[in-house]
Amino acid sequence: MKKPVLVVLALTLGMALAQSVSLNGAGATFPYPLYAKYFDAYQKLTGVRVNYQSIGSGGGIRQLFAQTVHFGASDAPLSDEKIAEFEQKFGTQVIHVPTALGAVVPSYNLPGVTQPLNFSGPVLADIFLGKIKKWNDPALAELNPGVKLPALPITVVHRSDGSGTTYIWTEYLAKVSPEWKAKVGVGKSVSWPTGLGGKGNEGVAGLVRQVPGAIGYNELIYALQNKIAYGAVQNRAGKFVLADLASVRAAAELKDFPADTRVSITDTPAPEGYPIASFTWILVYRDLDKDKAVKSRAEAEALARLLDWVIHDGQRYNEALHYAALPEVAVKVSEANLAGLRYHNEPLNQK
Amino acid sequence: MRERLYGKLGDRIFIAALVTLGGAVMFIAALMAWELWSGGAKAFRTFGFWGFVFGREWNVITGQFGAWPFLVGTVITSAVALALAFLPSLAAAIAIAEYAPRWLGEVIAYLVDLLAALPSVVYGLWGIFVLVPLVRDRVEQPLFLWSAEHAPALMGLLGPPTGIGMLSAVLVLALMIVPYASSLARDAIRLVPREQREAMYALGATRWEVVRRVVLPYARGGIFAGVILALARALGETMAVTMLIGNGHQLPYSVFGPAATMASVIANEFTEAEGGLQLASLLAVGFLLFLLSLVVNFAADWILRRMSVGEGHE
Repeated sequence: MKKPVLVVLALTLGMALAQSVSLNGAGATFPYPLYAKYFDAYQKLTGVRVNYQSIGSGGGIRQLFAQTVHFGASDAPLSDEKIAEFEQKFGTQVIHVPTALGAVVPSYNLPGVTQPLNFSGPVLADIFLGKIKKWNDPALAELNPGVKLPALPITVVHRSDGSGTTYIWTEYLAKVSPEWKAKVGVGKSVSWPTGLGGKGNEGVAGLVRQVPGAIGYNELIYALQNKIAYGAVQNRAGKFVLADLASVRAAAELKDFPADTRVSITDTPAPEGYPIASFTWILVYRDLDKDKAVKSRAEAEALARLLDWVIHDGQRYNEALHYAALPEVAVKVSEANLAGLRYHNEPLNQK
Repeated sequence: MRERLYGKLGDRIFIAALVTLGGAVMFIAALMAWELWSGGAKAFRTFGFWGFVFGREWNVITGQFGAWPFLVGTVITSAVALALAFLPSLAAAIAIAEYAPRWLGEVIAYLVDLLAALPSVVYGLWGIFVLVPLVRDRVEQPLFLWSAEHAPALMGLLGPPTGIGMLSAVLVLALMIVPYASSLARDAIRLVPREQREAMYALGATRWEVVRRVVLPYARGGIFAGVILALARALGETMAVTMLIGNGHQLPYSVFGPAATMASVIANEFTEAEGGLQLASLLAVGFLLFLLSLVVNFAADWILRRMSVGEGHE
């Protein structure tokens, strides 16, 4: 009588153990809503539990180096120095897996102006350098014919905390303005020549809303969800593009896509592309056994399968949450990268 | 005698527990200082201790770090907030303890204490949505326009009238520290012996004279302790200040313009610091904040000792 019960018990226990692979990740806050959706859907599908802590890109990279997570996540790719440090320290490569696209938009508070304003890269750089001080400046008037711009002083609002959003924004400004590149530079937090700092997207949006004549920058998703007015930006082809999912995705349609996926798509040459966009990445060790957080081959395989799922089936969750999905070319390159994942020098079979 | 008093087993256990807990507090404080010091050592080594303290540039990209703008911002905001909060909180304490009818005093005391229980992010939100527009439209813009017309030299000192900046941060900070200063002052005033007052009344003193000549001198130790507690609170306040101060890293600070404090820069940059010199510099700023609080507390302790009634320092 009792034996079958025991067998069933043992079986269920065994199954529970087999399914209880759980993966830990940490990093960027920007893709957090998307990752939460991914990992929830993935757990329902496969039973593999993924814990993701949105502690910021910098924190994610720190955790990856400290080997406390299976994967890190970052809005900015690792710099060449960081990659060299990584390879020298751990004797393996770091793989960048792009998961989604985001964009940064210029948000502003201009009483009496209802239609979206047009901006160009150099004008935005001059505004954030403090050189264009009034809304009725000739440079702005020239971009916006027919719009009656008030003689209001411009108040620049920037992020006060380190942020991938700031990285994308400053990277774009440095590309289109040599003066910005020389004076300020590119980074997650920079030494701002002028303006007020707000903490987080909500901080910047709050300040912009509170100060008439303010201009700031926000993630597209945040601006869409909170219905914040934002302007169009002139791309390299000369077209004024208002950021949306289609124009952001178009920005990433590059002809020559680098193998490590560390590509900047700001100031994109794509004619329909929005010029201030970027990938967000998941970072993993190429040799997963070198990451102390990966304790078994089963975990390594689960991680490889998860990443494969994210760049394929997972992509259908992107657009509903306002993240642009990966272009075909990025998926192709990532497939090749993921095929190179190894555990004790043996390739991991993903399918 | 001592042996017999403390000889019981229960007493021994009690003493051991007390000593352990007391020692643990000291140990933890020392450990925190050590961790901050060792974490920030790289910054101190790179720029030199004084070079870091007086360094005016904070630039992640060029790798130049100096804490001076934040040190100045912290000291100015805390000191001005304390100066603003001192008289109102003392007045509230006197009103509650001396003048108001008992039931009204209880109500006011309760409300003042409630101010301390509000989370600082609530103060920050209130600041952004209520105080900032008010300060901008009613104080900063009129003053700025006036100075533009009559005293252009003042404009640099005033800074941009956006409502976000030093002035709003200081006002909210002052409001936040009132309950700390006030409730200790209130208790100190209540502890003034009745005989002292009665003696004064017997000499024909008015109520105000009693307060001024007897109550305040007698309670000054407690009042000052409250002031120090408030100052310590102001030095370390992070969230509300970060939301309102505008987070500008450049010296010189202006009255309306953005500024930054040591606590706000740590809160802002810690999450995205990738390690290396930036992280070390943030920890070094933390160490300096620790040091500043320590110095303030020691100074306060020293003054408090000199002030205590009955020790004959006059």
